[in-house]
Amino acid sequence: MDNLVEIRNLRVAFDGVPVLHGIDLDVAPGEALGLVGESGCGKSVTWLAALGLLPGKATVSGSVRLQGQDLATAPRRTLERVRGGRIAMIFQDPSSALNPVIRVGQQIIEALRLHRGLTGAAARAEALRLMDLVGIPDARNRFSLYTHEFSGGQAQRLMIAMALAGEPDLLIADEPTTALDATIQAQILDLLVTLRREMSMATVFISHDLAAVAQVCERVCVMYAGKIIEEGHVGQLFETPRHPYTRGLFDAIPTLSGPLRRLVPIPGTVPDPRELPPGCAFAPRCNRARAFCSQHRPELLPQPEGRQLACAFPVPITQDIVHRQEEYQ
Amino acid sequence: MIRFVTSRLFRAGLTVLSVMTFAFVVLRMSGDPAQVLLGPDVPQNVVQDFRDRWGLDDPIWQQYLSYLRAMLHGDFGLSMRDRSPAIDLVMQRIPATLQLTIPALILQLAFGIPAGIYAALKRGTLADRGVIVTAIVGFTVPSFVLGLLLVLIFAVTLGILPSGGASSWQHAILPVLTMSIGGIGVLARFSRSAMIEVMGQPYIRTASAKGVSWGDVVRNHALPNAAVPIVTIVGFMVGSLIAGAIIVETIFSWPGMGRLLIVSVTNRDLAVVQCILLLVAAVMVVSNLTVDLLYGWLDPRLRQTAPAH
Ligand SMILES: Nc1ncnc2c1ncn2[C@@H]1O[C@H](COP(=O)(O)OP(=O)(O)O)[C@@H](O)[C@H]1O
Ligand SMILES: [Mg+2]
Repeated sequence: MDNLVEIRNLRVAFDGVPVLHGIDLDVAPGEALGLVGESGCGKSVTWLAALGLLPGKATVSGSVRLQGQDLATAPRRTLERVRGGRIAMIFQDPSSALNPVIRVGQQIIEALRLHRGLTGAAARAEALRLMDLVGIPDARNRFSLYTHEFSGGQAQRLMIAMALAGEPDLLIADEPTTALDATIQAQILDLLVTLRREMSMATVFISHDLAAVAQVCERVCVMYAGKIIEEGHVGQLFETPRHPYTRGLFDAIPTLSGPLRRLVPIPGTVPDPRELPPGCAFAPRCNRARAFCSQHRPELLPQPEGRQLACAFPVPITQDIVHRQEEYQ
Repeated sequence: MIRFVTSRLFRAGLTVLSVMTFAFVVLRMSGDPAQVLLGPDVPQNVVQDFRDRWGLDDPIWQQYLSYLRAMLHGDFGLSMRDRSPAIDLVMQRIPATLQLTIPALILQLAFGIPAGIYAALKRGTLADRGVIVTAIVGFTVPSFVLGLLLVLIFAVTLGILPSGGASSWQHAILPVLTMSIGGIGVLARFSRSAMIEVMGQPYIRTASAKGVSWGDVVRNHALPNAAVPIVTIVGFMVGSLIAGAIIVETIFSWPGMGRLLIVSVTNRDLAVVQCILLLVAAVMVVSNLTVDLLYGWLDPRLRQTAPAH
C-alpha cells in the first residue's frame, strides 16, 4: 500500500543553526508510529516543519509528501486545508494549547466549520458528539465553559475532540500525556488506542515514555540530535535494541516484568545543536564508541533483520534471537 | 459578583476620601490664603476679618469636619476670590478640558493600538523598528518640550496654526497633538509587546495547526487575548491625560480645568482646588473601576461563574 506521508531529507535550521539533519520518514495509512528520544532531539520540530508551523526564523528544506502532494511547495490555502483536515496535531500542555477566551465548544465548532462546512445546530450537535466520544461527561452543559474550567486531562480530551473534528487521516500526538498525572496518562493513552482502531486513522505518537509507545505503536523511530538513528518494529526494538542510544533508553526505565536490575541512566546530555560533535552525535556519551565514531557520521542503513540502524558498532544480537527477529519481517 | 463590586466600590470610596483629606491638609499647611489673596500691604484688621470669615483660625480638624459636613449636603464651598460656588467655577471649565482630552484619547487609541499590533506582526522588520523608535521618541519627550516645539514649527515658523487661546477649532489642534503623542507612543509599545506575547502562546500554534488562516488567527484568536492587558493600560492613560491637560492648558492658554487648577493653587483658593482634586480623583477611580469590570468581561478566567458540575 502507498504511504500516507513520505518525508524525505527534511532539514531545519534556526537562525542558521541546523537542528534537523535530513529526516526520512514514512507513515502508512492507519499505522501507529512512535517517535522517541530525549527532549531536544527534534521530534516536535520534525512535524511542525512538515505542517509549515515553524516561525519565520526557521529555514526548512526537503520534501513532505501527503499521498503524492508536496506540502513544502503547496500554496497557503492547500496547507490550511491539510492542517486539521488531513493531518491534525495535539500538543504537550493541553491547558495552554486551548484558547483561554473562547468557549471550548466554539473552538471545536471552528474546526468543524473549516473542514466539514458545518454551522449552526448541525455543528453544535456534532461538537457535542465529539465531546461525548472523547469522554467529556455532561458535554451539553460544559459546551459553553472555558478552558480553565477543565482539568489537564479533560483539556487534552477536548484537544483530541478538536483534532477529530476535521476527520484527519493522521493524528500527530506530540507528548500528549507528558504534562498529566499517571492515572490520567493511562486514560488518554487508552483513548488514543481506541480512537485509532475505530476511526482507522494513522497516529504518530511522540513520547519519551517507552512503555506508552509500546502500548500505542506498532513501529518506532528513535531520534537523536536531529537524526533518526534506529527504526523498526516495536517488539524488535524493545527486545533487542541495537543502537547503544536505544539500548540506553531502555536501561534507564524500570520494567515490571523480567528480573530486577539496576537502572542505568545515559551519562551526559543531548548536545547543543550549535556544538554538535563532528562524527556520530552520540559518540561522546556512548560506551561502545571507538576512535572511528568521533570521525565518521553513520548513515541510517537497512539491516538484514528488517530494521534500520545508524551505528558503526551496534549492540550485537545472539543467534537464538535472530530467529525470533525474522518473525517481524 | 456582588461581593466583587461592593469591595471595589468600598476601595474606590476610600481612595477618594484619602485624596480629599491629603489635599485639605497639604493646602492648609503650605501657605496662607489671606496673605496670598489680599497681598502684603493690607491692614491687619482686614486680614483678621478675612480669616474669621473663612474660619481659617479654627483648629484644622474642626475645619476638616465642617468641610466634610458641607460636602455631605452637596456644598463644595465658595471661591475665596469672588465668593461664587467652587463647583460652578469648575463645571464651567469642564467642557473646554473635554474638548482636548476626548480627541486626544481617541487619537491615542486609533493610532497607538494599531501601530503596536502592526509592529508585533511585522516583528524584526524595518516597519517594526520604525514604530519602536517613533514610539520611544513620542513618550520620552516631555509634553512641555513637545508643545513648545509644535508652537515653534506650526505657529511661529509656518504660521498656519494659532499658538494659544480657544476661539476656534484650529486652536485645539496643537494642544490635542501635544497631549496625544506621548500616549500614542506608550500604547504602541505596550500593544506591541502584548501582541508579541500572545502570538507566542501555544494556543496560537493550535489554531494554525487546525487550519485557521493567518488573518483569522490574528483576529479571532490573538486579538481577544491581547485586549486584556491593553485595556488595563488604557485605564491608566486616562490618569495621565488629566495630568497632561494641566500642562498643556497652561502652555496653550486653554481655558480648561487644568489651568483653573494652576491659578487656584497659586492663589490658595482652597475650595476650588479641593473641588478639582476631588473630581480628578473621582475620574481616576471610575476609570479604574471600568477597567476592572472590562477585565472580567474580556478574560473569563477572572469572571465569577457558577461552579461546573
Ligand atoms: N522556535 C525555536 N527556535 C529556536 N530553536 C528551536 C525552536 N524550536 C525548537 N528549537 C530547537 O530545536 C531542537 C529540537 O527541538 P524539539 O523538536 O522541540 O525537540 P523535542 O524532541 O524535545 O520535541 C532543540 O535544540 C530546540 O532547542
Ligand atoms: Mg517536543
